Amino acid sequence: MLRLLNRIRRTGIVTEPLATGADAETLETLGIEVRRQIDRRLGGSLAIREVDAGSCNGCELEIHALNNAYYDIERFGIHFVASPRHADALLVTGPLSRHMEAALLRTYAATPDPKLVIACGDCACNGGEFGVSYASRGAVENLIPVDIRIPGCPPSPLNLLKGLLAGLKGSG
Amino acid sequence: MSRFDWLSEWLARCEDEHILIRRGSARTLAPAHLVECDPEDWGRIAAVARDFGCRWVALWGSDEGGEETPALGVQVAFEYGGDHLVVRTRVPRATPVLSSHSPWFAAADRPERHCQDLFGVVFLDHPDARRWTRHGAWGDGDYPLRKDFAAAGQPPAETPPDQDYPFLAARGEGVYEIPVGPVHAGIIEPGHFRFQAVGETILNLEERLGYVHKGIEKIAEGRTPEALARLAGRISGDTTVAHAWAACMALERATRTPVPGRALFLRALAAERERIANHLGDIGAICNDVGFAFAQYQFSRLREDWLRGNQRLCGHRLLMDWVVPGGIARDPDPSALAAMAAELDRLEAELAELYAILDDNPSLEDRLSGTGRLTEATARQLGTLGYVARASGLAFDLRAQAPYPPYDTLEVEVPVLEQGDVLARVRVRREEIRVSLALMRRFLAELPAGEIRQPLAPPVAGVEGLGLVEGWRGEILAHVRLHADGTIDRFFARDPSWLNWPALERIVRNNIVPDFPVCNKSVNGSYSGQDL
Repeated sequence: MLRLLNRIRRTGIVTEPLATGADAETLETLGIEVRRQIDRRLGGSLAIREVDAGSCNGCELEIHALNNAYYDIERFGIHFVASPRHADALLVTGPLSRHMEAALLRTYAATPDPKLVIACGDCACNGGEFGVSYASRGAVENLIPVDIRIPGCPPSPLNLLKGLLAGLKGSG
Repeated sequence: MSRFDWLSEWLARCEDEHILIRRGSARTLAPAHLVECDPEDWGRIAAVARDFGCRWVALWGSDEGGEETPALGVQVAFEYGGDHLVVRTRVPRATPVLSSHSPWFAAADRPERHCQDLFGVVFLDHPDARRWTRHGAWGDGDYPLRKDFAAAGQPPAETPPDQDYPFLAARGEGVYEIPVGPVHAGIIEPGHFRFQAVGETILNLEERLGYVHKGIEKIAEGRTPEALARLAGRISGDTTVAHAWAACMALERATRTPVPGRALFLRALAAERERIANHLGDIGAICNDVGFAFAQYQFSRLREDWLRGNQRLCGHRLLMDWVVPGGIARDPDPSALAAMAAELDRLEAELAELYAILDDNPSLEDRLSGTGRLTEATARQLGTLGYVARASGLAFDLRAQAPYPPYDTLEVEVPVLEQGDVLARVRVRREEIRVSLALMRRFLAELPAGEIRQPLAPPVAGVEGLGLVEGWRGEILAHVRLHADGTIDRFFARDPSWLNWPALERIVRNNIVPDFPVCNKSVNGSYSGQDL
């Protein structure tokens, strides 16, 4: 137990601090801006329900990374929820597989209005490597209205945050 | 031991059974051996293979065309002593009927149903002939992987939900069902799980997958080799290196293109980095699933450090699109290579400290030990692969038993445990990180200089190749057949998840419902990799 506590003490807080170095758009400055947008538009917090609608799972790995200690996305008021009924936004990945069509529609219907739909990754934005076929409907907007698009294959955690910010500003 | 020293004995057994093996080739799918048999003998091939002790590896179909009598090809791969044997047969497209291999090899169950749904091959005596990959996107009687089916298909304007799938039902006092998915509560892939439970105890779990079927096999057709490698790198995003490598290996073998040594070493470095990244993430997540958040915090921190190392090495956090036909896309930044030795030391030191804390925590061991047991007999029966098999006493690892370059230049240690529970799967993965770090040190020390890419040699129409790569989940098989212009005629990839998903159904039996997440995470099948 002592070892555990000691390890925690020595690890300290690895959450990435304010601007250091050349990149002006560092995580925390970005995050503060995201926080401001969320405060202004969403009353303090943004609850996201993630829906994999056909992804290769690459996007899921990077969305997961947003929750690690480096990015610690909850400090900006963003958290992932288990039910669409608790969500302000759906974060949808994948080219939309036809077999997920009904499930996505039902998830969309279960999300209370007003709601945001965020297309995450190249596949969700434009079909990506998979496009439209007998099995895939391609972009998510081919089924439900999309408010924010975050390209990338997959988008890195930092780009996810940047995309969210640009989207929150743009869809204002 | 010489390769295929068992094959003559196997062929003699076939002869005893009056099975006519019509044509053999050691070159077509080298280093695998290819033989052909009559469709009438298909079922008995499985009987011979099972009695011989072969492991069932994969089954896939192909449209062989033909003006007069169009035919479908069906091929099955077996493994024995590290050698792969592919048996092929042809059936008329008008009456594509074969005996099922499922009565002999449980592993053949879902792959045969996939072949049935996408090619229309009927497998007689299949114990469970329900559809598998087909939900509502195409009709009964439409077969997307036949050549006369356009990739665009004729899908309905709205795809109906998959409502009438006949799930197994349980009856009796106190038995209730829990349907879960396809949309799950976490940030994970979609699939449906149907539990039958009494109180908290799981009587039975039935999986229903296919929700992320993206038509990968179909949209691979007509692609250039480069475009195929990109697609293969997205069969399962967490396995992008190993899948791209398997597809490229198949292409390179088909065209007899020698890959520069430097590229092979860099591919192996990337594959071991991928293994470590996934093991780190999953060990943390497994601990988190039993409420030990400290481990999740620490291991996700190490994983993030590791992914940033990937970024420095090749410009992509998951190493996507680095493996390309004929080699590697870009030589890594020399400073990233130079920094890697210190990175390995750092990870090893951090892990040693964390393992001591994990082992010092009896409540963690109490939750993981004995949970989700898979016996060796069941693992063998299901053809289980990778760390799931190795935690249940099965020592198979392509890098050791069927080493491909550069693994053929060294001995790969294969950690094996017998207990078969969640704890054993965690421990095997810990050991695999240790082995991977040692391998990476060797590869770094011996990294050859020189070219990183050799253009693919021009193909002859119909050439084919087989790629076999040990991904972090286990053995991956990829089959490629080329047109004369070098584009893809047929592509098939068998992710290890095909064989590990059925193991999860057995693992959770008699466990409590709240332990399903930790059992699931300890197997961590890819939905995308199996749905294709």
